[in-house]
Amino acid sequence: MNWFRKPKYTTLTVSPPQIKPPSNIWVKCDGCGELIYKNELENNFMVCIKCNFHFRLSAKERIKITLDKGSFKEDFTEIHPVDFLGFYDTKGYNERLIEASKNTGCSDAIVCGYGKIDKKPVAIGVMDFSFMGGSMGSVVGEKITLLVEKATESKIPLIIFSSSGGARIQEGMVSLIQMAKTSGAISYFKKNGGFYLSALTDPTTGGVAASFALLGDIIIAEPKALIGFAGPRVIEQTIRQHLPSGFQTSEFLLSHGIIDMVVERKNLKKTISSLLTFFS
Amino acid sequence: MVKPILDFERHLFELEKKLEEEKDPKNKKKLKQALQKEKKKIYSNLSPWNIVQVARHPKRLSTIDYIERLFSSFIELCGDRFFGEDKAIVGGIGWLDGNKVIIIGHRKGKELKENLETNFGMAHPEGYRKAKRLVELGCKFNKPIITFIDTSGAYPGIGAEERGQAIAIAENLKFFFEAPIPIISVVVGEGGSGGALGIGVSDRILILEHAIYSVISPEGCAAILWKDQTQIEKAAYALHLTAKDLYKLGIADSVIKEPPGGCHNEPEKMAKNLKKALLFHLNELLLKKDKETLLKERFEKYRKIGMYLIQNSSK
Repeated sequence: MNWFRKPKYTTLTVSPPQIKPPSNIWVKCDGCGELIYKNELENNFMVCIKCNFHFRLSAKERIKITLDKGSFKEDFTEIHPVDFLGFYDTKGYNERLIEASKNTGCSDAIVCGYGKIDKKPVAIGVMDFSFMGGSMGSVVGEKITLLVEKATESKIPLIIFSSSGGARIQEGMVSLIQMAKTSGAISYFKKNGGFYLSALTDPTTGGVAASFALLGDIIIAEPKALIGFAGPRVIEQTIRQHLPSGFQTSEFLLSHGIIDMVVERKNLKKTISSLLTFFS
Repeated sequence: MVKPILDFERHLFELEKKLEEEKDPKNKKKLKQALQKEKKKIYSNLSPWNIVQVARHPKRLSTIDYIERLFSSFIELCGDRFFGEDKAIVGGIGWLDGNKVIIIGHRKGKELKENLETNFGMAHPEGYRKAKRLVELGCKFNKPIITFIDTSGAYPGIGAEERGQAIAIAENLKFFFEAPIPIISVVVGEGGSGGALGIGVSDRILILEHAIYSVISPEGCAAILWKDQTQIEKAAYALHLTAKDLYKLGIADSVIKEPPGGCHNEPEKMAKNLKKALLFHLNELLLKKDKETLLKERFEKYRKIGMYLIQNSSK
C-alpha cells in the first residue's frame, strides 16, 4: 500500500540568499555577529559599539592609536627573515614569508621604533598577529633585543605590545632560544633601572607569553584577550575535558594575580601615559 | 641485555641472543665483534625520528639515574615554599668529585606508577619556582648549578595555567641570566620546548648523542603544519632537533658520546663519559673568577643566536 504513504506535497528548503556585506563599508563583529559600519568601528578604536569586542589590530593601527601623531620613527628595518633550515612542510617557509609580507606589508611579525606618548619619549615594539600568527623567530628576537638595548642605552621607557601564538616552528630551536635572548636583554634593562610596560593583546600564548611578554614591571591586558602558556586546544586534548568559560582570558589572569590590570582600548593611551609619568 | 622495544633494536637483540647461546669462545669473540660493528652501524645511521624514539626510550637513563651515578651524598631538597612540591622536577645538593654543586632536573618515572607521581616529567609552575629557589640558594652560597633536561614539555593543564605556567618559566629565563654562579645544563633525553628552557639557560649546554632538543614535539609540529598526525617522521627531520643539528646551529656547546646501542645499554660507561665532560666544563667555568665576565659571556652566548638577513630595503 505504498501509494498511501506518498506525500501530497514536497517541502523545499530554500536557503535565504547569502548577502555578503561589502567589506569596505560593513564589518561583521566576531563577538556578537552584528554588522557594524566600518567608519564607526574605526572611530571607536576598532572596538564593537554593540558588544565591546576588541578587534585585533595590525602593528600600524596600534601605533597610530597609541603614539602621538607623527612621532613614530621605525628602526631596524634592515633586518629580514631568512629560511636557514630549508624548512618545508606543505609549503616552504620562504613561500610563507613572501605571502605574509605581501598580505601585511611587514617584513616580519614585529615593528619596532621610537615615539612619544603625550610628549613622553618611549621605545616601542608592536607585534602583528597577521604575520604568521605573530610567531617569534630570529627577526622578532633580534629586533626586540636591539630595541631593549637601545632603551637601556638612552634610558627611555620600554613598551611592548604582544600578540603571538608563540615560537616560529619553521626556525626550529633557534626560535626557542629567542625566548632566552629577549628575557636576558630585559633582565639587563630592568637591572639598569629601566621601566618596562608590557601590554598583552589577543592572543598572547606559548613562547612569547613564557618570556618577555610576562616580564613587565607592569603588565596590562586588553579585555577578553586569550593569554596563557599552552593553547586551549592542547589543554583540552591533554586533560580530555572541556575548559571552563572565560579560561585563559585577561580577566582570568587578573583574578589569578598574574597581571596588574585589564584596560579597555579607549583608555589605553591615558593609562599608559599616567604610568609613564609615575615611573619616569 | 635490554629487551627490544624499537624496530631497529630487534635485529640487535637476536644477535645478542645468539651470542649468549654460543659456547665456543672463538665463535663467541667473532660474534661479539660482529655485534659491536652492527650496533655502531645502526646507531650512527639513525634517522631523526629514530633518534626521537631513542631519546624517549622507556629504558633510557634519566636525571635520577645520573644523580645516583655522578654525585656522592645527594640530598634532595623539596618545595617551592609557596604552593607545593612538584615531583616532576627533582632538586638537591651533592658532590661532583670535590665540587659542591646544586642539582636540578626533570624527573621521569620508570614505571607507570612512578610516572603518574612525577607526571611523566612534565612540570607545573611549582616545579619551576622550586628550581628558581634552588638557584637563589646557589647564588647565596656560591655553589655552581647543574641542570638535567628531560621533559616532553611543561604541563598543559588547568591548574598550571591558573598558577601562571608562562610567568613561572619567563621569570626563570630572566633569573638564570642574573645568577652569578656557573650553570651547566645537560640535555639527557627529551628537551621539550619552553618546559626544557625553563631550567635550561646556562653557560654551557651539553647534549647526549641521542638526545633531542626541540621547539615543539614532532607530533605537535605535524598536527599544526601538516594537519596530519602521520607526518611525524617528516616533522622530526624538518625540526633539526638532533644533537648533531644543535651543535651545528651553535646552540649545543658539546655533544657527549653514548655507548653503542644508546646510553641504557651501558649505564656506567655513559655516566663516566658525562662526568668527565661535566668536570671539564665546570673547572673551566670555575676558573673565571670575575662574576661580571661570567654573566656577560652567558648573555653573549644567547645574544648571538639567530639568523637573519641584513638588507637595506628600498621599498
